[in-house]
Amino acid sequence: MQPESTAHTSRPRRPRLRLGGLGPLIGLAAVVALATILNPSFLTLGNIFNVLTRTSFIGVIAVGGTFVIIAGGIDLSVGSMAALLAGSMILFMNALSPTFGSGWLTIALGVVFVVVLGGLFGLGHGLAITKGRIEPFIVTLGTLGIFRSVLTYLSEGGAITLKLDVSDVYSHVYYGSLLGVPIPIWVFLAMAALGGLLLNRTAYGRHVQAIGSNEQVARFAALRVDREKILTYVIQGVCVAVATILYVPRLGSASPSTGLLWELEAIAAVIIGGTALKGGFGTVSGTVVGAILLSTIGNVLNLTSIISVYLNAAVQGVVIILVAFLQRGRRTQ
Amino acid sequence: MKRIIHVIVVLALGLTTLAFAQDKNVIGVSIPAADHGWTAGVVYWANQAKAQVEKAYPNLTVIVKTAKDPAEQANQIQDLVTVNKINALVILPYESAPLTKPVADVKKQGVFVVVVDRGLTDPGIQDVYVAGDNPGMGRVSGEYVAQKMNGQGKIVVLRGIPTVIDNQRYDAFMEVMKQHPGITVLDAQYANWNRDDGFKVMQDFLTRFPQIDAVWAQDDDIAVGVLRAIQQANRTDIKFVLGGAGMKEFIKKVMDGDPLVPADVLYPPNMVATAINVAALHYASGSAVLGTYIVAAPLVTKDNASQYYFPNSPF
Repeated sequence: MQPESTAHTSRPRRPRLRLGGLGPLIGLAAVVALATILNPSFLTLGNIFNVLTRTSFIGVIAVGGTFVIIAGGIDLSVGSMAALLAGSMILFMNALSPTFGSGWLTIALGVVFVVVLGGLFGLGHGLAITKGRIEPFIVTLGTLGIFRSVLTYLSEGGAITLKLDVSDVYSHVYYGSLLGVPIPIWVFLAMAALGGLLLNRTAYGRHVQAIGSNEQVARFAALRVDREKILTYVIQGVCVAVATILYVPRLGSASPSTGLLWELEAIAAVIIGGTALKGGFGTVSGTVVGAILLSTIGNVLNLTSIISVYLNAAVQGVVIILVAFLQRGRRTQ
Repeated sequence: MKRIIHVIVVLALGLTTLAFAQDKNVIGVSIPAADHGWTAGVVYWANQAKAQVEKAYPNLTVIVKTAKDPAEQANQIQDLVTVNKINALVILPYESAPLTKPVADVKKQGVFVVVVDRGLTDPGIQDVYVAGDNPGMGRVSGEYVAQKMNGQGKIVVLRGIPTVIDNQRYDAFMEVMKQHPGITVLDAQYANWNRDDGFKVMQDFLTRFPQIDAVWAQDDDIAVGVLRAIQQANRTDIKFVLGGAGMKEFIKKVMDGDPLVPADVLYPPNMVATAINVAALHYASGSAVLGTYIVAAPLVTKDNASQYYFPNSPF
């Protein structure tokens, strides 16, 4: 009898849930419509590819962030981590290129290096948070400062630049296309699909959601809470590494301004996408829409000049709050 | 009692003569930490000047300190006075307003004050002011763009971070543009003196405007992103990009005759070295040094680029 009655009570809730889930999509559609009216060149394929390609960094990072936040954690260090990973990857490839040549072998080794390093950074976060029992906010606030200042030290405040011959080969990863679509967009889609599968179709995904909604209960249910939480930070680290792999070929350099404030953009993308900041619930598809929405606003502001440039940040703020308002139904969950 | 006073007087006299005998003067240098290209250049040149001044004048000691925010810098200059007993302070203030009072306090204690680049809100405090020429940078850039385009064409402008420095450069540039009605400034957007924003803003300008003849990027970091965006879009309508500040990679491009980068406008980070040398001169010679020095923002072209190329500097 019991299960039936719960099924019953949950039914009337559905319509509201769905509307809430569509909030970010409605917001995105509105911004797109407005942008097209203001400047028809917004809807050209070239511009759409530009926006999606530039979303790929924040988007991939936010896919990882979705896991961390659903499990009830937070990672403030992702922007600094991206900067340090980018700098380290460049130094690593520069060091390898005399021995391994300036072709794909060096780049492949660089990719492996940066994924391992990103994973290790995430592992460090996870261990400090679970075994060290330090608040994730504090751990990652600490590493936010550490990562960026180590990069600044390595670059002496200037830029770390990839050797030109390696850069020429590697730049295809950012500027090249597959079936007419830029490679970073493919990578973004693949990471999002992988993240979505992991979150919704595996036991691990369900564990993450369970831990986020009630850690104590998850412990009593014999879930390996610490291990699963550490894994969310490792996933986040690997996602930052993937974003770095896409970022480095764009300019072939890393500087102390690399990845500045990416953490806020990534967290905003996750939350705009409908994930609860306190954890327990969220979707990867929402995060993807949130990330695209954020970079679209910036693009529209550059494509038009009806509003004073001094007010750009204000426009962004208004749109973010409006979208959050549209999907507020979630919070009563 | 008299005896004690006597002893104190003798001691004090002795100490002063000792100080005179040593005649060791200490110059404290307080600058922002290297958090982007230009400040990295400042740190590099401050250390270069320290080595050079200490070698030239054995009686001078130079202490270089960097600060990551105005509050840290305020504490730091207090420490320089009480702990390091500096005679002169060379300071590039992180921000003008919050450092005016701390520098005034230091001045009251008899320290010789040299202010670099960013002026304090009360100019009465400083003994020497070594300033960069921001309006001059905008004007020189504007004149170069106008001349290079023969007064005809369409340009886009990428600005820095909304600050006084950016406003001075931009206003001076636009003032020159007013005298050339044949040149249309299509739009100006902030690119925050950084490469990624330069790339993004330029991509969108390229989408929006089918014909752009030239770009004023104001800063070499922004220009790095601008060049990449143009390259990606395969656009050939843009004849040149003018950056600024004098990053070594850009001076090199000018030297090598890159067609897209025919010139650069200097805003030299080594003005901090000028300031340290002025402070050193104050002690080393009787020359009159008080006053204001404006370090020019010269145009760098293929002909003179080699004299502004410093391959060892991080900037």
